[in-house]
Amino acid sequence: MKRVVITGAGTVNALANDSVGTYTALQEGQCGIGPLTCRDVDRLNVRVGAEIRGFDPEQHFPRNTLPLLDRFAQIALVAAREAVAYAGLQFDAALGLRAGVIMGTAGGGNLTVDDNYRAVYADGKNRVHPFVVPRLMHNAATSHISMEFGLKGPAFTVSTACASANHAMGQAFQMVRCGMADVMLTGGSEAMLGFGGIKAWEGLRVMARDTCRPFSRDRTGMIQGEGGAVFVFEELEHARARGAPILAEVAGFGLSADAGDIVMPDVDGPVRAMRAALSDAGIAAQDVGYVNAHGTGTAANDRVESQALRVVMRAHLDKLPVSSTKSMHGHIIGGTSAVELLACLMALKDGVIAPTINHTEFDPDCVPDPVPNEARRASVDIVMSNAFAFGGLNAVLVLRRSP
Amino acid sequence: MGLEYMQTTTDTALRVIDIIAQQAMLDTSEVGMDMAMSDLGLDSLGLVECIFGIEEAFDISVPFNANAPDQAEFDISTVGAIISEVEKLIARKAA
Repeated sequence: MKRVVITGAGTVNALANDSVGTYTALQEGQCGIGPLTCRDVDRLNVRVGAEIRGFDPEQHFPRNTLPLLDRFAQIALVAAREAVAYAGLQFDAALGLRAGVIMGTAGGGNLTVDDNYRAVYADGKNRVHPFVVPRLMHNAATSHISMEFGLKGPAFTVSTACASANHAMGQAFQMVRCGMADVMLTGGSEAMLGFGGIKAWEGLRVMARDTCRPFSRDRTGMIQGEGGAVFVFEELEHARARGAPILAEVAGFGLSADAGDIVMPDVDGPVRAMRAALSDAGIAAQDVGYVNAHGTGTAANDRVESQALRVVMRAHLDKLPVSSTKSMHGHIIGGTSAVELLACLMALKDGVIAPTINHTEFDPDCVPDPVPNEARRASVDIVMSNAFAFGGLNAVLVLRRSP
Repeated sequence: MGLEYMQTTTDTALRVIDIIAQQAMLDTSEVGMDMAMSDLGLDSLGLVECIFGIEEAFDISVPFNANAPDQAEFDISTVGAIISEVEKLIARKAA
């Protein structure tokens, strides 16, 4: 089997509109959560979220292409451009045939759906823009990335709610590892901070009204965010031959289904996914130096994820830093594990562990070291990134420091 | 639950019991005032659906967050407690 490394990263999220700015914000423990600005916000009970700021689509795309691009696709394309530029890749015809795209998203063109339902149902319009379908489809981001860079190999979109990006990246990892492609662009993006998207989440009664406090005893739920991240996954020898910058090695991937409840989390499913990822990487649990948790900030998730981590890590959990960066960039649903992978890369390449901010009080039912409020210097060789979706679908990635 | 109980049961109480019974897939006669949601086999999601049903039925907004079910704003400890909270919300709406 071939080895797979990450040679580029790009992002747009509430903390920053590029990866360098995001690393800085993660180190400084900045909070991207603030008042929502969507239409009819006065009809929402949830009025805070982690919105992207200072993102002007017209700076990135010619006006005549914007009708084809929902916000989730714009985010993905801008992140992909940054990742490809960082990697220094030129996709000629030959490499294009050996390269592909796998992106994750839960809501796809949710804002486009919302706007156009409003037009036809609420405003009584009988006509919609001709590009509504290509704009809203879940594979739009994947397709636009493949078109922009001429990537003609395997390309598709994965949709597994809050684990979409990890499932996507796990799939891309396996394709490069088994030789189906030399380069894959992969990650996830989400943009559903519109009235309908927030209203739907509000219904579940799991949203915090003020902010997101994962693993803190006084946590009151999740905060939605928007954004995404894209990475270049490249076969190790291919990357070395062209002298590419190597951010980290993708070491293992594990996935599982709870086969339990549609929304309530489970201990056994995540345990099996984490163990599968470690086993796939050939890494012992006690060698993990940092875990980027799913850590949604709901009462149930953080307690159950902590129990699952205890089962997998045993006594090692007592000195293992486990943080949830959702406290800063919000829960970006299908794109969240892509943005969270940046925190994993930062730990490996810069030796800085991102904190769990907004943490006020330790919860004896949660992980012993949630890295409260302040980033920490640590030499980390192995990281694990958890994503546990509604529907009980779990996906865990394990990364190793650059070889 | 004898005659005395029936006489003291308000319309609001009957409707709340009906909503809870439907969600728990029980007959209304099986729902007692002192029963907790767990006694009725209702998990947190079932409770969220009950709250939604109550809000729709009475056109009120119930302050309930599934992350902090023990919060003081809305007592959900028993069927009777929920009914009394709903009656308070209806009275506040009318005021």
